[in-house]
Amino acid sequence: MEQVIYNSADLKSQEYFINMGPQHPAAHGVLRLILTMDGEMVKNIEPDLGYIHRSIEKQCEHEGYKQIIHLTDRLDYLSSHMNNEAVALAIEQAMQIEVPERVKVIRTIMGELTRIASHLLWWGVMGMDVGALTTFMYAFRDREMINDIMEETCGARLTMSYSTPGGVMFDLHPNFVNRVKEFIPHLRSVIPKYDELLTGNIIFQKRMKNVGFLSAQDAISLGASGPVARGSGVSCDRRIIEPYSALSKVDFKEILYQEGDNLARYNVRMKEMYESLHIIEQLIDNIPDDGIQAKTKALIKLPKGEFLQRVETARGDFGVYIVSDGKKNPYRVKFRSPGFSNLNTLMEIGKNQLLGDLIAISATMDFVIPDIDR
Amino acid sequence: MILTNTTNYFSQFIAYFSDTIGWGMGGQILAYVLIAIVYLIFFALAGLYLVYLERRVAAFFQLRLGPNRVGPWGLMQTIADALKLLSKEIFGTDRKDKLLYHTAYYLVIVAALISLSVIPFSNGIAAYDINIGVFFISAVSSVGILGLLIGGWGSNNKYGVLGGMRSGLQMISYELSSGLAILTIVLMAGSLQLSEIIHQQQAGWFLWRGHIPALIAFVIFVIAGTAESNRTPFDLPEGEAELGAGYHTEYSGMGFAWFFLAEFINMFIISAVGVTLFLGGWLAPFGITDGLGMPWLWGFIWFFIKVGLMIFLLMWFRWTFPRLRIDQLLTLEWKYLLPIGLVNIILMAVLVYYHLVF
Repeated sequence: MEQVIYNSADLKSQEYFINMGPQHPAAHGVLRLILTMDGEMVKNIEPDLGYIHRSIEKQCEHEGYKQIIHLTDRLDYLSSHMNNEAVALAIEQAMQIEVPERVKVIRTIMGELTRIASHLLWWGVMGMDVGALTTFMYAFRDREMINDIMEETCGARLTMSYSTPGGVMFDLHPNFVNRVKEFIPHLRSVIPKYDELLTGNIIFQKRMKNVGFLSAQDAISLGASGPVARGSGVSCDRRIIEPYSALSKVDFKEILYQEGDNLARYNVRMKEMYESLHIIEQLIDNIPDDGIQAKTKALIKLPKGEFLQRVETARGDFGVYIVSDGKKNPYRVKFRSPGFSNLNTLMEIGKNQLLGDLIAISATMDFVIPDIDR
Repeated sequence: MILTNTTNYFSQFIAYFSDTIGWGMGGQILAYVLIAIVYLIFFALAGLYLVYLERRVAAFFQLRLGPNRVGPWGLMQTIADALKLLSKEIFGTDRKDKLLYHTAYYLVIVAALISLSVIPFSNGIAAYDINIGVFFISAVSSVGILGLLIGGWGSNNKYGVLGGMRSGLQMISYELSSGLAILTIVLMAGSLQLSEIIHQQQAGWFLWRGHIPALIAFVIFVIAGTAESNRTPFDLPEGEAELGAGYHTEYSGMGFAWFFLAEFINMFIISAVGVTLFLGGWLAPFGITDGLGMPWLWGFIWFFIKVGLMIFLLMWFRWTFPRLRIDQLLTLEWKYLLPIGLVNIILMAVLVYYHLVF
């Protein structure tokens, strides 16, 4: 037997691997993180994707342009309307279709409602990830109101597929305006209660403040977008940089926080809900009445060329890049999903954090796994 | 009406039973066994109904209804759940350490049940009313920690090990604080016997009589007690968002059920000890039911009302607060609660020495 002599300099704790996911209560989907741990400390994070890969980009090459829209629902299912809108806008831009004003306004209102619904769901699971289980139920109560509004008009609650190239699928339900008007003051009254329950809690503040710092430089170089980048003070709101649909007609602020920590990202989303309500308020009273569909051909064929449309989903900068060779199917479609780039930042800022902090950080990143893994 | 601490219904029962049956030592042992069986049945049911209560309270906090289908108001729900768990296969990994894996849950549940034996539920109703009751509870409940530790270790699962280590870290740390809080009251009472401590509170609950030190001790005790029973905001050992299920990740069927039941019985014990030490145990507030006859029944009622309120407080914590991080957990204990507890006990000693307590 070989004798092993230890001296104190050799003594070190042993690093070990933990598979967090693909089935794990804190991963909001089938994200697998291979963690190198030293005790409670996370030394390295390696995401392993592919558990929900459905080759959506490849499928798009075999579908007509009208069908592609339905596939985009399944990317970031919480921002499904904005994804639909991005593809519709890209096709309209390529075909040079001028859509009616009513369609633009409807799309913007729907988009902002979807954003609020997404942020509400995020707030609920954010609380669950840091151990406060009650937030989930409160968030879902209020999100349900949006789902009901969506259901009445679009016929679906989550994957709406409401936009079509050149318009929207159905006209607004007669109840729509009233229900949205009911919802706006309701949400304004409940968000302060959310703050009482979670934001103001001393434990929550301690968990969030100065944890998971992401510098503005890193946010830019890692390609972060949406609330993650805005929490680090990087202005990146596509709604302001290149307003689409009816966004050029409304007045709203881009929420920017300079701290770059968990709390900043949290606050950005909480404040964004107010801004979204503000946008809806400006549009809801005077929806123009000039039809819901521009004239399009039955079979849409894009001219030869490359087309890019970027929109701001609830998670950040969503891009649709279509290469067309003039046929009825696209030659290549590429989706730039915000979650994928935001996952990069998790790998950077999650290192040398405690396991509990890693969960909190990934909660503030607001991942939707089908969006990361298309 | 001053109640004396002489009757103990259990010792009377044992004497009566063994005399009647006349087997000498055997009769006594049979009486002990009977009492133990009654305790087991009562607390298995109490644990199940605490689970039911927890689910109803959680539903109440969360805009839900909670269990309401099985039996009237869903009262049979947890019984049905227990039956389901009984019928389930105990399924674990192949590489578990079988001895430790299977010892763990017995340690936890047995430690919880033994602690119950010294708690006086009413005047003269404590199965084992010894003169070092407080000490006995702290000692026995520490054995439960061992169960969590070896359960996490023996299941050969990294989440289990992390959960087990966290529970060891947490419960050993917080036991110091709860011990100090208990000692503060023991200083006042001058006794370690739980029934004696209650009898002394006939002049007023120790929470009021002990001025500020007792109040501080109570707050520390509630915080440390929450931590010892592994409940939110101190549910790190089984923090589901972080560790799956922590130390009981690999347990299923009754193995899991024992851990689960033990958690709720521990919550009951924490509340019962808190009520006994600070809130007068089974004594009626201001003696309002003293003249109504059947003192042991009123004792029961008041004891369970107080314990219920205390349990509700713990449940309120659980469904409101987020979870602490592991370093914050230890900071809270070693940098705040422990020094405060130490200063507090000195303060109490000074008060007691100069007879400044009521």
